[in-house]
Amino acid sequence: MTINEREGHHPEEIRAVPLRHPGRWVATAVVLVLVAMLVHDMVTNPRFGWGIVGQYFLSSPILHGVGVTLELTVAAMALGIALGVALAIMRLSPNPILSGASWLYIWFFRGTPVFVQILFWYAISALQPTVGLGVPFGPEFVHALSNNLVTSFIAALLGLGLNEGAYYAEIVRAGILSVDHGQVEAAQSLGMRRAQLMRKIVLPQAMRVIVPPTGNETISMLKNTSLAVAAVVGELLYQTQNIIARTYETVPLYIMASLWYLALTTVLTIGQYYVERHYARGTSYALALTPFQRVRRNLSTLRRIPFATTSAEGR
Amino acid sequence: MAGPMVRAEAVHKRYGLLEVLKGITLEVAPREVMCLLGPSGSGKSTFLRCINHLERINSGRLYVDGTLVGYEERGGRLHELPEREVCRRRTEIGMVFQRFNLFPHMTALENAVAAPVLVKKEPRAVVTERARKLLDRVGLSGKIDAYPNQLSGGQQQRVAIARALAMEPKLMLFDEPTSALDPELVGEVLDVMRQLAEEGMTMIVVTHEIGFAREVGDTLVFMDEGVVVEAGAPREVIANPREERTKAFLSKVL
Repeated sequence: MTINEREGHHPEEIRAVPLRHPGRWVATAVVLVLVAMLVHDMVTNPRFGWGIVGQYFLSSPILHGVGVTLELTVAAMALGIALGVALAIMRLSPNPILSGASWLYIWFFRGTPVFVQILFWYAISALQPTVGLGVPFGPEFVHALSNNLVTSFIAALLGLGLNEGAYYAEIVRAGILSVDHGQVEAAQSLGMRRAQLMRKIVLPQAMRVIVPPTGNETISMLKNTSLAVAAVVGELLYQTQNIIARTYETVPLYIMASLWYLALTTVLTIGQYYVERHYARGTSYALALTPFQRVRRNLSTLRRIPFATTSAEGR
Repeated sequence: MAGPMVRAEAVHKRYGLLEVLKGITLEVAPREVMCLLGPSGSGKSTFLRCINHLERINSGRLYVDGTLVGYEERGGRLHELPEREVCRRRTEIGMVFQRFNLFPHMTALENAVAAPVLVKKEPRAVVTERARKLLDRVGLSGKIDAYPNQLSGGQQQRVAIARALAMEPKLMLFDEPTSALDPELVGEVLDVMRQLAEEGMTMIVVTHEIGFAREVGDTLVFMDEGVVVEAGAPREVIANPREERTKAFLSKVL
């Protein structure tokens, strides 16, 4: 057969009998039964105490606790990220003292439990009753009592933030190492100094690798703020336990706290999606549409507006 | 009469025990186009990278426009230059890489604008104007806002040339600028380089494009195993190589 003949001939469209997937039906049945059992229990078991969950969900101590949890998450992440970036750059520095110091910091803070670190900062006044600023081994100009300086909140912030710094340093380092060395050389050949090429060339590209684990870390941090209970910080779990101590409604109130954590991490997950899109610039020909854009596009196809005009706004 | 733009005196470069450059001595005059030819591993790229101090030489002397590269001679001793000074000197030397190395998170225009603004502290408006003209000159006025991954290899390499020129260098180094390109895209990059040569830019070009070396080059240097085997007028060297190694190499690539 010649090529021309083949082009002229349109073979009939394939209409094959689709492959059956009996396993999927079995799995569906099993999952449905399990879900039904769970829902049934949640509805009929009075010990879930849904009324109590609803009653306290928006109560003022809980809302205050949520506020403190968010404050602590943001502050500890900010501290962790700032420290982590600095430690990662130190770690990759040609200066052996800087990279050694960074290694030592990471070794120490990754090697001890964050819970113990929080307790330790909470008890810092037993080690250093006063803190001061002055000449090392010489006179002090100002000094303060540790107990006044390191409040419960600060103790939790230091415990969580300094620990996060150690983990975050490794994330940033992996990000920096993921950037092709040719980028560094190109920037150097244009006369950029190390600090300049880090800020303008390497870190923006490293962000693509850094952002997904940052979302992970933030979600972890949000939940780890509950460890601040140990330092008597009035965050979500502390407020919940306060109410439990008064009402003895243990299960409903822990469910309520969990629902709050779940809601907050869901919001963070959505935020992470958009931040990742931002740093994907220049890496793919067309970015995937956001859920909103997808909904809009689907609506527009329903109205039979041609695709081609809407696809351009996907960028 | 101005001195040479580049002067190398017995330049040696070692990586550990491996000696990559075994005494390179050559001169490049202002406005000259020198093509470096040779088999891979002959040290051509390494030599190029020594000129803007991306690599540090182990012995010998290397001068750009009469100034020692990477060091300063005071009281009979060489002193390492601080980063600030090394970087200032690099601003006068443009470099184009085999794998383009465009900044992927910036558009073509941003690629060309970034360094003059950041490094030379020039006003953004002035640099943007200059970068637009340069991108126009390399035939990419329509691609100013494209990201590198939206451009073909040839287009990317032309942006890379514009980016280097935006710094207004007095010397351009090309490290196998067409080796990573599909054959049909080589021409567009060579055209830009030819135009640049005609405008009087001093250029050192590591290349396998014998045609380009013959048409555009003022000097051809053949390197092998870290030494200059043969140098001379391109047509002369290509037509009548004196050394056996040059003959053997040319017979393979011609």
